[in-house]
Amino acid sequence: MNGITSGFGAWNPIAWTLLFLGILIVAFFVRSFGRKDYKRGTGQTKAFLSGNEEPAAPAGLHVSGDNLYWGMVHGLSAYYRRVREWHTGDLGDYVGWFIGVLALIFVIIVWGG
Amino acid sequence: MSALSVHAPVLLIAIPLLGAFAVPLIGKLGRGVRDAFVGLIAAFTAALAGLLAANVFGNGGAASVYVLGGKPFDIPLPSGMTAPIRILLEVDGMSAFMALITALVTLTAIAFSFSYWRERSGGSMYHSLLLLLTAGIFGMELTGDMFNFFVFLEVTSIAACGLIGFRVWLGRTQEAAFKVMTLYTLSGLFVLLAIGLLYGEHGGLNIAYLAHSLSGGIVDKIALGLLLTGLAMKAGAVPMHMWAPDAYGEAPAPTSAVLVANSQASLYGLFRVLFTLFGITVSTATTGWILIVFALLTIFVGVTMALVQSDIKRLIAYGAVSQIGYMLLGVGVGLATIVTKPTYGFVAMQGGIFHMVNDAACIGLLFLVAGAVTRAAGTRDLNKMGGLAHTMKYTSVFFIIGAFALAGVPPFNGFASKFLIYEASFKLSPFLAIIAILSSILLLAVFVKAFQGAFLGPKPASLGGGEAPLGMLIPMAVLALVVIAFGLFPGFFVERIVTPAARALWFGRDAYISAILGG
Repeated sequence: MNGITSGFGAWNPIAWTLLFLGILIVAFFVRSFGRKDYKRGTGQTKAFLSGNEEPAAPAGLHVSGDNLYWGMVHGLSAYYRRVREWHTGDLGDYVGWFIGVLALIFVIIVWGG
Repeated sequence: MSALSVHAPVLLIAIPLLGAFAVPLIGKLGRGVRDAFVGLIAAFTAALAGLLAANVFGNGGAASVYVLGGKPFDIPLPSGMTAPIRILLEVDGMSAFMALITALVTLTAIAFSFSYWRERSGGSMYHSLLLLLTAGIFGMELTGDMFNFFVFLEVTSIAACGLIGFRVWLGRTQEAAFKVMTLYTLSGLFVLLAIGLLYGEHGGLNIAYLAHSLSGGIVDKIALGLLLTGLAMKAGAVPMHMWAPDAYGEAPAPTSAVLVANSQASLYGLFRVLFTLFGITVSTATTGWILIVFALLTIFVGVTMALVQSDIKRLIAYGAVSQIGYMLLGVGVGLATIVTKPTYGFVAMQGGIFHMVNDAACIGLLFLVAGAVTRAAGTRDLNKMGGLAHTMKYTSVFFIIGAFALAGVPPFNGFASKFLIYEASFKLSPFLAIIAILSSILLLAVFVKAFQGAFLGPKPASLGGGEAPLGMLIPMAVLALVVIAFGLFPGFFVERIVTPAARALWFGRDAYISAILGG
């Protein structure tokens, strides 16, 4: 009742959710065997950056959303330059796209059947 | 069958329509009375949609006809010919499915509006327009007549433009409303021209009658081109989508959710035209592949444009545009293969139609979250936000649920419908599935960016932001529960409401025609 089949594959969310929960329980169980003799607040719990001292972040520093994918957006700059050229915000261009698509659809439907 | 069940189709349109005109008068009695009245209208309308759906799906999704005036509709003309000429509503599995979506979105959006609009003036006119938009959407979904479809299309256009430009004190809302008004008018004119051509050619306006009369001649094809382009534009298909981010972004947040339901109603109109009105009288391979090309462009451009937005509402708006592409892909694959009817064609249809309700729930949820966030933070700019999860814990959880669902992360509802679309479109061409899957992954990245920007990190001292009031949290919770329920029990919903809707389009053309014309 809860699953679906496509005729070539199947998806049962309840079964997969139970499996996921089971794996979480096993992971928690394995974790409980870990060492408990470390000392909080010492070098034992500090991030290890190849032996380099970790500089303290300025108070209130926040990596904003735009910084997350700047590399990817930069890599796709040629694509974005072109796509942003379409999105001019000019109503005349919006209407132009509409009429252009209509003309193309006419050609395809009338000649294509 | 009770009188309420019998008259449910017309009441679904009449009650919000009459309510829309009564709200400004009721509003004179005070905000509390007005909100109670609007809430009652929305709840009663949703209950009627549920009743209608229970009747239709209980009957296997078979088409039924409601005649306004209660007299025979096939009146003999002096020439001896009989034709359906009265105002008719025709409800099958697909119409009932769409009515359920509209009821869910409008009920939660209206409930959210009570808190969202509490400190602003003009609430009576706002709710009046919201109910008018609701009536128009129901009308588009339930009518069995092309001219009435155009009338309701125009009702939705006028109400939507009013709502987008409602906050007149923000200059950009006026620009967005003007752009949308121009494009909606152009779209409406094309639809009207197509209806005029069909009327001139076949002498009728009833969908079943026209479907029976169409021959696929040159006039029919011109009408098809006008209808296809006009409705695809109103649904927000790329490259005619540019109005959508402006409209969804500038409209009040709960209205944005209803505007998505409005776009889906146009998509429904497109599917009704392609499957029921024209069917196999034109080349379904050609029209199917047109939908598929629209779908690929819409998915990819929508997602990649969402990635570079820093305005939370425009980011979600581009996400909404991309999801229209998944619906077009599923139904396009179904249409392209309808003649040979392979198994995967019907599975694609199920996926595309299932994605309509899933998208309505999760995009609706995300727009409501955006409304709560922007109201609390006082800005829509993700670069000026941060740390809102410290004070808006429930809202943060709702954002995660909506974002994961929209990006197709299991076990949320978006995955279930996308799973069907991926598998079926892969059978037609692996390239289609690759684009769809890659775009879903990219959409997850988009929402990671939005979550990081708005909710994580330290909270700037200048930023406002306490938890959203209960009046906003409850509608968000309802949509989140729908997202989870449809995600955990997809088989239940696919079997009971999605399959009858898909069958109504894929196999139901003859039944739709014979419900009116007999035989």
